[in-house]
Amino acid sequence: MTQGAKPTRAALELVARASYGRLVALLARGQGDIATAEDALGAALISALEDWPVNGIPQNPEGWLLTTARRRALNVYRHHGVRDGAQVTLELLNTAPEEVRVLPDRRLELLFVCAHPAIDAGARTPLMLQSVLGLSAVRIAQAFQVPVPAMSQRLVRAKSRIRHAGIRFREVEEVDLRDRLPPVLDAVYAAFGQAWEQPEVSLVQEAVFLADLITTQLPDEPEAQGLLALMCHVEARRAARRVGGTFVPLDQQDVTLWSDKLIRRAELALTQAAKVGAPGRYQTEAAIQSVHAGRMHGTVDHAALVTLHEVLLHIAPSLGAQVSMAAALAQAGRVADALTQIDTIPANRAAGFQPYWAARAEILRRFNRDREAYDAYTTAIALAPDVAVKSYLTAQRNRLSVRLS
Amino acid sequence: MQFMLFFASEHEVGAPEVDMPAWQAYFGALGQAGVIVSAARLNKIETATTVRIRAGERIVEDGPFADTRERLGGYVVIDVADLDSALDWATRCPGAKEGSVEVRPVMMAQ
Repeated sequence: MTQGAKPTRAALELVARASYGRLVALLARGQGDIATAEDALGAALISALEDWPVNGIPQNPEGWLLTTARRRALNVYRHHGVRDGAQVTLELLNTAPEEVRVLPDRRLELLFVCAHPAIDAGARTPLMLQSVLGLSAVRIAQAFQVPVPAMSQRLVRAKSRIRHAGIRFREVEEVDLRDRLPPVLDAVYAAFGQAWEQPEVSLVQEAVFLADLITTQLPDEPEAQGLLALMCHVEARRAARRVGGTFVPLDQQDVTLWSDKLIRRAELALTQAAKVGAPGRYQTEAAIQSVHAGRMHGTVDHAALVTLHEVLLHIAPSLGAQVSMAAALAQAGRVADALTQIDTIPANRAAGFQPYWAARAEILRRFNRDREAYDAYTTAIALAPDVAVKSYLTAQRNRLSVRLS
Repeated sequence: MQFMLFFASEHEVGAPEVDMPAWQAYFGALGQAGVIVSAARLNKIETATTVRIRAGERIVEDGPFADTRERLGGYVVIDVADLDSALDWATRCPGAKEGSVEVRPVMMAQ
């Protein structure tokens, strides 16, 4: 009995989107071969488009795709004379198709493989996005603003390396999380930050999805919860940050435009993290965002922010952390300390770092060092990422008593 | 899977930086684990000779092929489950402190 193409396509898209990552993880793990897994799955999806309209949508569509893809992968290995062929056969045809009611979720293992220390740092985020979420090289290249061939090459090389250098999937219980989880979290955060300002190509949804996946499977890992909390807090304020194309700084944002739902999700994750009692970089950053979110219920505790920034600077010293520290001190009214802090940053280190110049300008203004503030604003404007931020900073500069002569 | 771990260092056997007891203990541990396929310590760098054929001519040179500060001193081929296991062994190797350890899968006959 023919079902027809349309319902097939719809059913297939649903299954594919929900199951892609799970299927790739199951197919890739035997041989550490993501590329063959993806190809086999792609072929299975095409087969489904031909088969399902004719034979009906199977009772267990995921199982059907898995078995079909496995058979395909097996043929590939046979054809290439892969060693231990018998073992591969046993592995791949281990489960009878219709018996697979709920596919085991090996995506976390796949994430650990993608973020393996032996994989170049620049390849980890793209690998995760492609193998777990099925994003195309084109889509990933867009977000990372690199040419498509370069991104494709990077992905091909990384997958080849996993297979040939001997990186293999390991059960999560065997993985040293202390060692291996941080690069996974960093890679997910890199996706989040990439093109955050450009919603058309941003990877925010994907990053949050991955963080959510990780926290679901590792609920007692505080840094994973911290990462999810951080991203949800930041994302919660998206609508308030740009109003009619104008940049609105945090302390002036309309809190009614903040997403309650995302803030609650963030706080839930932070609470989970706090139970473990093992602070870390992401938890601290999330806590900072949480204090800022306190504006919804009244004033912001600036003293708490200074403390948290101190903690962050200690745990994860970076140029960004140093600049944020200075800004927090200024916001707390400790302007002299803010100046001391920003002065500790060598100018040559901060040369191209826009937030440094914006913070410096603000601090200098408070000391009525208008001439220097003017110059700092000018640099900040030149380095600003987009028109809205440029306008805002220009307006700030115009408030100074000094004018460009 | 078989991996070759090759040890490269600026320091030769006999130099104070080379921890002989640590090397002995390391090979003892490898032996106990039953993972050694083969191993060899190479003779001093002064004993190396390099052969190349260029434009049909044989060129023989005194010294190793790579003119680097770290020189190849020896290797062990181990049979372990995956790269992570091989990296664990490389991490434990005194060679990782004294110089560098390169880990590469051995291509197996199909």
